Amino acid sequence: MDTTATSPRVRTSSSRTAAVNLLAQVWPWIFLLVMVAFFSIFGTGFFSIRSAANILVTSTLVMLMAIGQTYVIITAGIDLSIGWTVGLASVVSATVMRDLALGGMSNAPAMALGVLAGLLVSIVPGVINGVLIAKVKVPPFITTLGMYGIVRGAAFLLTDGQSAVAGLPPELRSTLTSLGNGSLIYNLPGEGITFFSPPADLAAQQLRILQRLLPYPVLIVAIVVVIFAFILARTLFGRHTYAIGGNPDAARRAGINVDRHLIMIYVLSSFTAAIAGILHVFRFTTGSPSAGEEALLDSVAAVVIGGTSLFGGAGRLQGTVVGALTISVVQIGLTSMNVDPIWKFVVVGVIIIVAVFVNQIQAYLEKQREHA
Amino acid sequence: MLNQPMLQVRQVSKFFGGLTALNKVDFEVYPGEVVALLGDNGAGKSTLIKCISGVYHPDEGEITFLGKQIRNASPAAVRDLGIETIYQDLALAENLDVGANVFLGKEKKRRFLGVFPVTDDEYMRNEAAKVLERLDIHIPSLRQKLVSLSGGQRQAVAIARALYWDAKLVIMDEPTAALGVPEQRKVMSLIRSLREQNIPVILISHTMQDVMEVADRIVVMRRGRVSTNMPRSDATEELIVRHIVGMGESAART
Repeated sequence: MDTTATSPRVRTSSSRTAAVNLLAQVWPWIFLLVMVAFFSIFGTGFFSIRSAANILVTSTLVMLMAIGQTYVIITAGIDLSIGWTVGLASVVSATVMRDLALGGMSNAPAMALGVLAGLLVSIVPGVINGVLIAKVKVPPFITTLGMYGIVRGAAFLLTDGQSAVAGLPPELRSTLTSLGNGSLIYNLPGEGITFFSPPADLAAQQLRILQRLLPYPVLIVAIVVVIFAFILARTLFGRHTYAIGGNPDAARRAGINVDRHLIMIYVLSSFTAAIAGILHVFRFTTGSPSAGEEALLDSVAAVVIGGTSLFGGAGRLQGTVVGALTISVVQIGLTSMNVDPIWKFVVVGVIIIVAVFVNQIQAYLEKQREHA
Repeated sequence: MLNQPMLQVRQVSKFFGGLTALNKVDFEVYPGEVVALLGDNGAGKSTLIKCISGVYHPDEGEITFLGKQIRNASPAAVRDLGIETIYQDLALAENLDVGANVFLGKEKKRRFLGVFPVTDDEYMRNEAAKVLERLDIHIPSLRQKLVSLSGGQRQAVAIARALYWDAKLVIMDEPTAALGVPEQRKVMSLIRSLREQNIPVILISHTMQDVMEVADRIVVMRRGRVSTNMPRSDATEELIVRHIVGMGESAART
């Protein structure tokens, strides 16, 4: 009697869960497509190669921060400090480049050492975050909020309170910008394609229609994304990241070094933020303490739009990529509709809340199935 | 052979400050038997289990497993010797699939494109399938995450993991406590199938029905001592309850 009564109900609820799971996986894509369609119809010049390149370049900052944030959130943590880590890395990197260049070093080695310094300095807040969270058991929210203040202060102390690193020599800046705003392929419609640099002596009119295909920052971020998506999905490090997010005690009892793994995760989070900071130096030819400040909210939004659970244990980097692109589409799209870009903050805020809501409904339905 | 115990606990005592949690306890487990360990809360069951699994170290007495002294061994060392404890929370990562759980912390790797080390998920799934088959457990899809499995199926995964890593003795703490009736049946048959493979089980349970159904021997603890140790054939539910509440002596007299 029992089995005949319950089995059809179990079946419907399981197929409903399957549908919900599928929806949870595809809805970021649907949402992105709807956004693209919306702005293509209502925006001016949105649906074009130039604006696509623009969207991709704009997304690089959030994308890099969101890579580390995805790992952190899968372990059921959060990293609120990375916005200022972007700034700190950019300031350190730009300062080192400037001082070496002013000291007579040629541009290439000065830039290389600047990049290295920016990456290395990011390890400090990452390690401190990780040790406090893993060993001292301070909640991630509090630890990284404290680090938010510390790194912010450090970055501004290094610039003497200025909003950017001043005094980079002009030759260094022109080298930086040629890389940071360069592109692998340029297309001047009607004139043809060139590689590595735009055709010489362009008129203002031509400059306005020049298409930058595969900008360098996008290429670099694409490589970083592929590497970290591979690590998360296929390697032991990724597997243990999920296991720790799912059940840290089980992971510990299975012999996984949970503390060390968590420390590495927070270092990774600071590290991808530092790459973003260095990219800032190349794109804007200086370092700025607040280079990543605004993007913190966006990085969390990108992760949750992408379907990663704030409760930990579930999520994929592919989803985060879609999330970061969505935010960029909204930002560029609003501009193409002549809406004040400030509205972006409001829209992203709403999207974050809706995304978490969808996430919770999914978790709720999974629980229900469990008890059915 | 049958008279040679695999696990022997001799005159073990454990004190927590002034409290005597275990008082000269003798306890043994023979190959292929299911020993039910019963007792009221605070009777010393879990202290005894924790001494065996290496979580606690006894203050007096000795514990030998397959002839080796394990009195001061760490939990990891005890597990390496083949004593696997399955706690109530099962220690599974419910967001991962069966293969990933069986191999958690001991993952099988392979080289992707001959260079990059990646997890060999297919191998782990196949191995998990084999051990589940050994236990006569059917799980519809091994790609399913554990969260979508039933309580009994998860219990089976925990046992499968123990079995795969060569458990020689399995300790189960209240395995049926959180399960519905059909699931409890399944766990009972899992315990029987461990016995058939000559793997002894120490079963901690409050469910008298389970104990009567599956145990070969029943050990009741009370106030840190073993109050009775009897074969299943001598036991009745009433007699066991009398021992649990401390009326065992009068029960024996009447």
